[in-house]
Amino acid sequence: MASITITDVSKTYPGAPAPSVTGINLSIRDGEFIVLVGPSGCGKSTLLRMVAGLEDISGGEVRIGDRVVNRLDPADRDIAMVFQNYALYPHMTVRENMAYGLKNRRTPKAEIETRVAEAARMLELGPYLDRKPRALSGGQRQRVAMGRAVVRQPSAFLFDEPLSNLDAKLRVTMRGEIRRLQKRLGTTALYVTHDQLEAMTLADRLVVLNGGRIEQVGAPLDIYHRPASTFVASFIGSPAMNLLDAGLEGARLRLGTSVIELGHLPAARGAVTLGIRAEDLTPAATGLPFRPDFIEELGAQRLVHGHIEGQPVVLALDPAVPVGSEMRLSVAAARLHLFDTTSGRRIATAARPGLAVTETA
Amino acid sequence: MSDAAQPMKSAGMIRRWLSRPARAAPAKPVQFDQPLLPWLFLAPQLAVIFVFFYWPSVQAITSSFYIEDPFGFGATFVGLDNYKDALGSAEYQRIAGFTALFTVLVTGFSLGLGLLFAVKADKVIRGRTAYRTALIAVYAIAPPVAGLMGMMLFDQHIGPFVQLAAWFGYDMKVGINYWDTAFAMILVSVWKQVPYNFIFFLSGLQGIPASVREASVIDCRNGFTRFRTAILPLLAPTAFFLLIINITYALFDTFAVIDVMVKDKPANNPLTLVYKVYNDGFRGNDIGGSAAQSVILMVIVLVLTLIQFRWLERRVHYG
Ligand SMILES: Nc1ncnc2c1ncn2[C@@H]1O[C@H](COP(=O)(O)OP(=O)(O)O)[C@@H](O)[C@H]1O
Ligand SMILES: [Mg+2]
Repeated sequence: MASITITDVSKTYPGAPAPSVTGINLSIRDGEFIVLVGPSGCGKSTLLRMVAGLEDISGGEVRIGDRVVNRLDPADRDIAMVFQNYALYPHMTVRENMAYGLKNRRTPKAEIETRVAEAARMLELGPYLDRKPRALSGGQRQRVAMGRAVVRQPSAFLFDEPLSNLDAKLRVTMRGEIRRLQKRLGTTALYVTHDQLEAMTLADRLVVLNGGRIEQVGAPLDIYHRPASTFVASFIGSPAMNLLDAGLEGARLRLGTSVIELGHLPAARGAVTLGIRAEDLTPAATGLPFRPDFIEELGAQRLVHGHIEGQPVVLALDPAVPVGSEMRLSVAAARLHLFDTTSGRRIATAARPGLAVTETA
Repeated sequence: MSDAAQPMKSAGMIRRWLSRPARAAPAKPVQFDQPLLPWLFLAPQLAVIFVFFYWPSVQAITSSFYIEDPFGFGATFVGLDNYKDALGSAEYQRIAGFTALFTVLVTGFSLGLGLLFAVKADKVIRGRTAYRTALIAVYAIAPPVAGLMGMMLFDQHIGPFVQLAAWFGYDMKVGINYWDTAFAMILVSVWKQVPYNFIFFLSGLQGIPASVREASVIDCRNGFTRFRTAILPLLAPTAFFLLIINITYALFDTFAVIDVMVKDKPANNPLTLVYKVYNDGFRGNDIGGSAAQSVILMVIVLVLTLIQFRWLERRVHYG
């Protein structure tokens, strides 16, 4: 068990015109579960693989515990990795797969047996110990891959999209299992996924990556409620946050023919992007004019797609709430997010409690 | 994970080719009104198989029970005498012994070097294509040409190998000294076969998923142990396939190389069994004896093929 400190790390692949990952600074506490999340190609795997030692580090420093590991072999970094396609050794039985890393580290035989038995018990792999991977289902293979990491008792677990090859239901089960196992063992974990839901549910802290840079670091709910940029706002949360073009006129926000009274003076003026989560909009007698187009029924809630002042908006409503052909929506002032239109960065607001007052011309 | 079974594909292809009639039904079944018509379509194929395989085989087996008059005036049935003569002759046994040694060495070195080059080529990132092409190019050289090139390498006056040996104070006489010739034969045969093995081993290596290699890098620090315990077993299907191919190569396809090296040379030179079949039959006009020897060879190959199919049945590949 150990902390991981990543300082100014960057990676440029040989022959690539631009770095794939730049200026990464991240401090992971001992026992923390960190999830790297971002769209495909944003450099999540690259960063993880640099920690693992599978890619050279072009710049910066990675520390695991108090050791700088930049120049260490992957086998010497005291990490264990779980791959997306399981990466089990096809010619070895489940037992041999789990024991392999320990055997090569000259762990005593009895110790190996104890640890394999313990991991098999935890992961319910007992009946399959003498099977080859080809005779296992996807979920069982995934468990073996986990077992192989667990028996090593490493300083850190590294996961690269370990659940992406599983079907939706199994993914939810395994997600819980990974979380439970990590908490129980207290091992530091660095977990890569492109699935924001998986990221939200697993992470102690989320690291949102975009184009090889860190966009935001924080607890899942902090990020959900205070996204640092339009990128994070639209990436985290489902449905994505509604982003609308608006104009700031002092403490008033102009949205087409409607005007929202913010009740305070934000540190910006002119064109801004207004962000509102789908569940923060509520039907009211007065407010923003909303024209529904179609409804997606999700059972527990319904998503109403439509337009406010000609701009597309999604609304999350209780199924009991009637949907008319024209609706008025109100929103709590504290739930309004303002972003700089050009940079996409969040504009600080001193939101007060209470509904934003809306008037429509 | 079926990628690891690349060479199995080609083995499978050979197997499918061997069992042609068992083709999948065509998408649109065709009904022939004339019962003869399908046979007409099959005729060319059947003719080829008959003319080039069954007929010569039957001929060989029949001839092996006769002694043919050297002037072609008839044949006398002698039963198994030709086989007894062949197997009982000291010369035959000596040549069989050399053939075994030759086969083991050629197969061993071709496989070993092919694997070594493949492992090295697999690691090369820059100049990869050039390196690969250079290795594979040798495979495009026709066997007799390879034999001739070999002869040049071992030429009494200008051959670099002879000169190298002379530099060490050894007087190498390929075509005259038995073991010098054997050395040259083995070297040229190996050189000719390495690219073939290289191609298969390389594609086998590249069929191993990158993540399995990476997992092994994390699990095992020592590169050689890692190769032996995590990579090599995944190449086993390739290796088994190549083993049979290489044995067959050493037994039969080295004919041209041997021919170039020992033709018109004094008698004291190493030969392999297939070359003796040719020598006795076409030079010595002993058709019966030669036929018996080729039947023996046929049996050896049959046994080897059966072993290969046993391996295929057991499906040595993982996935
Ligand atoms: N081996 C490589 N060589 C060159 N470029 C690479 C290599 N691996 C990844 N990249 C590039 O680096 C960027 C980040 O890739 P990656 O870390 O795999 O993204 P992610 O895991 O977030 O989907 C991508 O633009 C990708 O094209
Ligand atoms: Mg990735």
